[in-house]
Amino acid sequence: MAEAHPVGFQWVVEAKARGAKIIHIDPRFTRTSALADTFVPLRVGSDIAFLGGIVNYVLTNELDFRDYVVAYTNAATIVSDDFRDTDDLDGLFSGFDPETRTYDTTSWQYATQEGDAGDDNAPMQHETHGIQVDGDPPRDETLQHPNCVYQVLKRHYARYTPEMVARTCGVSEEAFLEVCRAWTENSTRDRTTALVYSVGWTQHSVGVQYIRTGAILQLLLGNIGRPGGGIMALRGHASIQGSTDIPTLFNLLPGYLPMPNAEEHTSLEEWVDSVRHPGAKGFWSKAPAYAVNLLKAYWGEAATPENDFCFDYIPKITGDHGTYRTVLDMIDGKVKGYFLLGQNPAVGSAHGKAQRLGMANLDWLVVRDLFEIESATFWKDSPEVATGEIVPEECATEVFLMPAASHVEKEGTFTQTQRMLQWREKAVEPPGDCRSELWFLYHLGLMVRERLAGSTDERDRPILDLAWDYPTHGEHAEPSALDVLKEINGYDIATGRPLSSFSEMQADGSTLGGCWIYTGVYKDGVNQAARRKPRSEQSWVAPEWGWAWPADRRMLYNRASADPDGKPWSERKAYVWWDADAGEAGEWTGHDVPDFEKTKPPSYRPGPDDDGVAGISGVDPFIMQGDGKGALYVPSGLLDGPMPSHYEPVESPFRNPVYGQQSNPVRKQYVRPGNRMNPSPPELHADVFPFVFTTSRLTEHHTAGAMSRYVDRLAELQPEMFVEVSPELAAERGLDNGGWATIVTARAAIEARVLVTDRLMPLRVEDQVVHQVWLPYHWGQGGIVTGDSANDLFGITLDPNVLIQESKVGTCDVRPGRRPTGTDLTAFVAEYQRRSGVDLDVARPIVTTGPAAFGDDCGDETPRPGPDDQQPDDQQPHDDVSGDQR
Amino acid sequence: MIGGKNSLSGPVDPTANAGYAGDHPKRKGFFTDTSICIGCKACEVACKEWNDVPATHFDMTATSYDNSHSLNANQWRHVAFIEQPNRLGRQDPGLRPREVTDLGMPALAPTDTAAAVQEHAATAGSGEGEKPDFRWLMSSDVCKHCTHAACLDVCPTGSLFRTEFGTVVVQDDICNGCGYCVPACPYGVIDRRQGPDGAKNVGIAQKCTLCYDRLVDGQTPACAQSCPTQSIQFGDVDELRERANTRVAQLQEAGIMDARLYGNDPHDGVGGSGSIFLLLDEPEVYGLPPDPIVTTADLPHMFNRASVAAATLLVGAALAFAGRRS
Repeated sequence: MAEAHPVGFQWVVEAKARGAKIIHIDPRFTRTSALADTFVPLRVGSDIAFLGGIVNYVLTNELDFRDYVVAYTNAATIVSDDFRDTDDLDGLFSGFDPETRTYDTTSWQYATQEGDAGDDNAPMQHETHGIQVDGDPPRDETLQHPNCVYQVLKRHYARYTPEMVARTCGVSEEAFLEVCRAWTENSTRDRTTALVYSVGWTQHSVGVQYIRTGAILQLLLGNIGRPGGGIMALRGHASIQGSTDIPTLFNLLPGYLPMPNAEEHTSLEEWVDSVRHPGAKGFWSKAPAYAVNLLKAYWGEAATPENDFCFDYIPKITGDHGTYRTVLDMIDGKVKGYFLLGQNPAVGSAHGKAQRLGMANLDWLVVRDLFEIESATFWKDSPEVATGEIVPEECATEVFLMPAASHVEKEGTFTQTQRMLQWREKAVEPPGDCRSELWFLYHLGLMVRERLAGSTDERDRPILDLAWDYPTHGEHAEPSALDVLKEINGYDIATGRPLSSFSEMQADGSTLGGCWIYTGVYKDGVNQAARRKPRSEQSWVAPEWGWAWPADRRMLYNRASADPDGKPWSERKAYVWWDADAGEAGEWTGHDVPDFEKTKPPSYRPGPDDDGVAGISGVDPFIMQGDGKGALYVPSGLLDGPMPSHYEPVESPFRNPVYGQQSNPVRKQYVRPGNRMNPSPPELHADVFPFVFTTSRLTEHHTAGAMSRYVDRLAELQPEMFVEVSPELAAERGLDNGGWATIVTARAAIEARVLVTDRLMPLRVEDQVVHQVWLPYHWGQGGIVTGDSANDLFGITLDPNVLIQESKVGTCDVRPGRRPTGTDLTAFVAEYQRRSGVDLDVARPIVTTGPAAFGDDCGDETPRPGPDDQQPDDQQPHDDVSGDQR
Repeated sequence: MIGGKNSLSGPVDPTANAGYAGDHPKRKGFFTDTSICIGCKACEVACKEWNDVPATHFDMTATSYDNSHSLNANQWRHVAFIEQPNRLGRQDPGLRPREVTDLGMPALAPTDTAAAVQEHAATAGSGEGEKPDFRWLMSSDVCKHCTHAACLDVCPTGSLFRTEFGTVVVQDDICNGCGYCVPACPYGVIDRRQGPDGAKNVGIAQKCTLCYDRLVDGQTPACAQSCPTQSIQFGDVDELRERANTRVAQLQEAGIMDARLYGNDPHDGVGGSGSIFLLLDEPEVYGLPPDPIVTTADLPHMFNRASVAAATLLVGAALAFAGRRS
């Protein structure tokens, strides 16, 4: 956190000064560890084992916050008799189909709900909107029923003992138990513990399940919806939260409405019903109004009830259109054009070579950035030019480099991780031809419409009918960002009155609003995001600083900060509570905007026929879930299991110590010659790549380096690409501090200066010593300081739920000295591929247990026909040389 | 001037001592609390941006994360990074679990065989109850703005001067680049700018001005303004000294007995400095002189000695002439 979020870390330092204990768990000792009370090193990719161990510690010792757990989570809910756990199936859950490598989730459902399993196994094609629950599944509030979630959870984590954690994570039992004690002792009625994570958790083939494990733990300990608790993602950029709310993702529309699917959603009704699930409980029941308001914002007067508010104009998805699928399609010639707005995939995305080869096979590429980054120059100076894989004279991609205005040169909002929008003013005019994104996209839209003017082609209607008429100002006709904010907020079409709450949104087309969760940010015609009242002049919740969605709530699910009767769990942790004397018949009140219907008393119970919002009882804080409960166990919504289980990273030197199933069996794996993965046990030759590597950021640089490597006063702070190794590994491999090392995987070999440091340490895992090396990923061939890119080392393997890449862990070899250059480099990597047996056989076994183990199904893509391609035949590579050098 | 009682050593108000009238502002300075420094280098960058100090080092030093080397003409703030196997009070980094720690360095043999693991486990058992430890110290260094500033005292042009805030500042347009100030500084702070080509003030002595141009507008110096953890605090030196005393007491109470102050004692060799530091180890560990003494402290003494010597010579010469006449 101190490394990548130094400004946010000030609050950790302040908390420490007030007596908070800081525990830092990380593969390497960082600037955060330097300020922490306790540093616990662990093996990269073993976090679920570590957290699962804490879950086991909590359940075994009955340290959960029992009143909270019984009332507010699904601990008491009974799971179907048909459910079989990983304990029974050696690392697989019931419902696994080895043919398709997907789960049928019928057996995961609550008892009596088995008919409700969605058959949707496609990742990212429906943003899940909480658990859908019809009726009332049986509960046992004594938590004794063998199939209640509490007991299922307890059995699932029983094998995650301290001894197992030590053996799997390379942590001492003593250090592990210290973390257990600190966490549980600080999670009571009077005290709460916060959990903060970042992409070190998300960028894994089990990334979503990492976060789930943290959420389970925080729910068990009563740390959700209470002040000082929570599970918080630190974002990689200033407005990553904003780019999810008003998304830059292929599967989402603003406000977490799903992108319609071409086959499943042929009408507005089908689409909104897939969100609200008629008859289900919870706040998504109002989805039709949110959807219609969005369509009205897009197409204005053209959107009418008669034409489904132009629902047919929305582009539809047909499958996986994620960034990595798109890059592979670019390589295969299926994608012709590409826009990069403030993104540098040639350096910042996993498998840099695939990124660059993809971009080199386009017709056109638009790059908008502050400098001429690698993603704009790959055709003339990328590593592939040196190896002859890209020939500048022959590369047909036409690159349009458009200079961008920086964040201080344009106005608008940032949305940070607390869902808070903060308005920022323009400090200076952008120089020269630099322009804001708003300007670029608005004027591009005008030009496209001008080209299409008069067209009678049906396919041009969505563009010609767009409500594309923002007022502009100044010499360059800059659109008004405030006007865009007003449209996002929404207003009454007849009067222009800004809406003050999404509850005012109408499904009849009389209101419009671009993002329902943001409604209220322009309440009363005032830019609420621009509020800047100092904290010294308001309460500690600081409600008059910026604006947080939804409805200016600073903490979600804050009904949980009061007990079932509506009284604070303790005076010290009072946040919102039920005031029986307020209003006509009592009201929720407190320091924050209550995340609950204001006048719904704690005693309210829904009738058997109540659905939607009325179906949520007065004691159910998690109002976006169908049962109003926090989900310790997830019957639907996840593709890879209702509870997190430890799977090894796809590239690992170790056999999974917990289950026969080695790695996530339903991960997305694009099998093709250009995407070879290193072998891992139980396959042979994993020892060709004996070390574990991980990557992250340095304080001194920003992500792919476009904002720091090109600025001399930043570039000099960390002027060269380097690799951190322990003294032990340096001795073993003959690496000199300050000298050079070459790091090799089946994809690439890169070179880096060596930093020998005690901050990296060998760990003992499974009675073997494992060396971990660490690489920053900021460098490329451009800028003032240059170097090889660490992301070139990674292949493409994705989490099945959200398609995030496993780019925080891999295996590698490390050798002293600089790497070869030109075609010698290609031959050098090819030799490693040959030695590890991945040269001819590009498919690695995915299912490693059960009758289908080591079957022919090995990925999500048939290998592309090509000269060096061969269908997977023999799972034990016949290579008489590999592995003999160690 | 030289004969002034306290002007070259001992505790004085440097501003008053420099002849400012009684209504001058209070003396300003820094308190750098290294116990909460996170090594982000925001101070280095903010300093360079505000003062237009050029970037010059584009080579990796391979000494932890310190790539700015030292304080010099192009580096008015310098963050030191020290990796050391020491304890920080109650901190228990848990680094190097005993079972794999190889105390018999250097380990040239492979460490990943079962035999090696057993051997490690056996050898590492020595030292019962002893816990391997580690800490990473970070500290942002800066000009000390000494009460008795030798650089100023030796400056022949009057380029270096004492401001109304008690700070010591170079006037670029007066400095002639003679360099007398460079060896005079007991901390090695001030330096003549050697380059890069095209940078302003090449050949001129350069160092931290405590952002004089910001102080006159009532603003905080750039480094303190940018520090995210308030490791660098700016204010009246009197108040900062109190704050430093409180903080060091607090840390010692928490068991961090290594915590100590540096530069806060008006009776030290430079009469106390305007930049006070809270350190977690000996000053030498951070590259700071343990007992700095203003190089001009002995000037009166030297002047007297020299006067006696000169007088003796004159007398001798006179006697010689007299003797020849006689």
